[in-house]
Amino acid sequence: MQELTFKVQRYLPGKDKKAYIQQFTVPLRQGMTVLDGLIYIKENVDNTLSFRSSCRMGICGSCGMFINNFPMLACHTPVEELGTDRIEVRSLPNFPVIRDLVADLDLLFEKHKSIKPYIISPDTEEAEEPTAEFLQSGEELEGYVQFAYCVKCGLCMAACPTVATDALFPGPQSLGQAYRYCTDRRDAGVEERFHQADSRHGVWLCHLAGACSEACPKGVDPALAIQLLKRAMVFDSLRLKKKKKPASIAQPLAESKPKIDVPEFTVKQP
Amino acid sequence: MKTKAAGSENRHLPNRLGIKSWVWGGNYTLERYLYTLHRVTGLGLLLYITLHLAMNGFRLGGVESWIDIMEILGMSGFKVGEYLVAAAFIIHALNGGRLILQHLGYTLGKPKPPVYPYVDSLRRRRPIVWAMLALIVALAVYVLIVFVT
Repeated sequence: MQELTFKVQRYLPGKDKKAYIQQFTVPLRQGMTVLDGLIYIKENVDNTLSFRSSCRMGICGSCGMFINNFPMLACHTPVEELGTDRIEVRSLPNFPVIRDLVADLDLLFEKHKSIKPYIISPDTEEAEEPTAEFLQSGEELEGYVQFAYCVKCGLCMAACPTVATDALFPGPQSLGQAYRYCTDRRDAGVEERFHQADSRHGVWLCHLAGACSEACPKGVDPALAIQLLKRAMVFDSLRLKKKKKPASIAQPLAESKPKIDVPEFTVKQP
Repeated sequence: MKTKAAGSENRHLPNRLGIKSWVWGGNYTLERYLYTLHRVTGLGLLLYITLHLAMNGFRLGGVESWIDIMEILGMSGFKVGEYLVAAAFIIHALNGGRLILQHLGYTLGKPKPPVYPYVDSLRRRRPIVWAMLALIVALAVYVLIVFVT
């Protein structure tokens, strides 16, 4: 049976001063992912190995790791695709390590929260007590839907060279989400988000290395969102931007009579 | 946000890559390392301007000191340095032009609903980068010929 060599980062807080690499041998199975290999190690070799995972199908974004020097979702990475039988798995860079492969993603969620990742409605009464849905065209939806697929896995932040050097830079995840909401016609929080992004440690520190989009496992393309955010901000400051009209609310359905009469019951009612 | 971020970095093992990620951050492709090249050439040009101003300061010492310094600067090692400055200028100017356009969202295309296998906007528009690199090489070779002849 062919075997794989897993070189896994280990770190136990309180005991280890720095992380080190431990080597494991894992039998190769067809269709095996890196996460399968880690689960094999935990179940059969060393049950103290810690890593985070949940859905095992690339949806939850929990198992982001630095696999053979590239940020990837462990569940979404078949070992055969790596083209080698030596697999090095480290915790995501740019995030503190809690234990072994578990990165502390607090920073990601705090930054995400800070850009107000929700629709800020111009009509607070309607937002609190909605009477109907907001109308939106297919074209408007296409303007942001790509960015709405973000699963908050943190791979883009691990890849970003600016996040690597500036702890206060919001990072591709939150800036991408800022654009996603700013371009939504139902939202009225553009000014707040522009103000937040337009700071010394803000959007202008992105120098388009493009690593965030390369690493994104969901095709979200945060680099594109950030450049579009910059354009929107420049146009806004030069007053060249068309003001977006707030989304209108759907009219209640008019009462109508069915075109075909509902047939009578053929079975006698008891 | 600042306190919580700093707090969590103190509690756990710090893992920020820092400035070394400019040199090598992982198995990324072209644009990530053009980012590094842009910074390195920028710093190189800054160093050149500083040295250039310092050298011009020798004029204050009179004609003889100026002639002396010009003799030193005429040595072949400095000629290679001058060529490297010209090459750095070409790279920084052309890549900077691309960055200005792309920073404003031009040449990147429109957002598209992601369909697997995902190809991001920079990778879709990679021919622009190849064209820019070809122009850089052509100009660098032309300047080299001018320097040699």
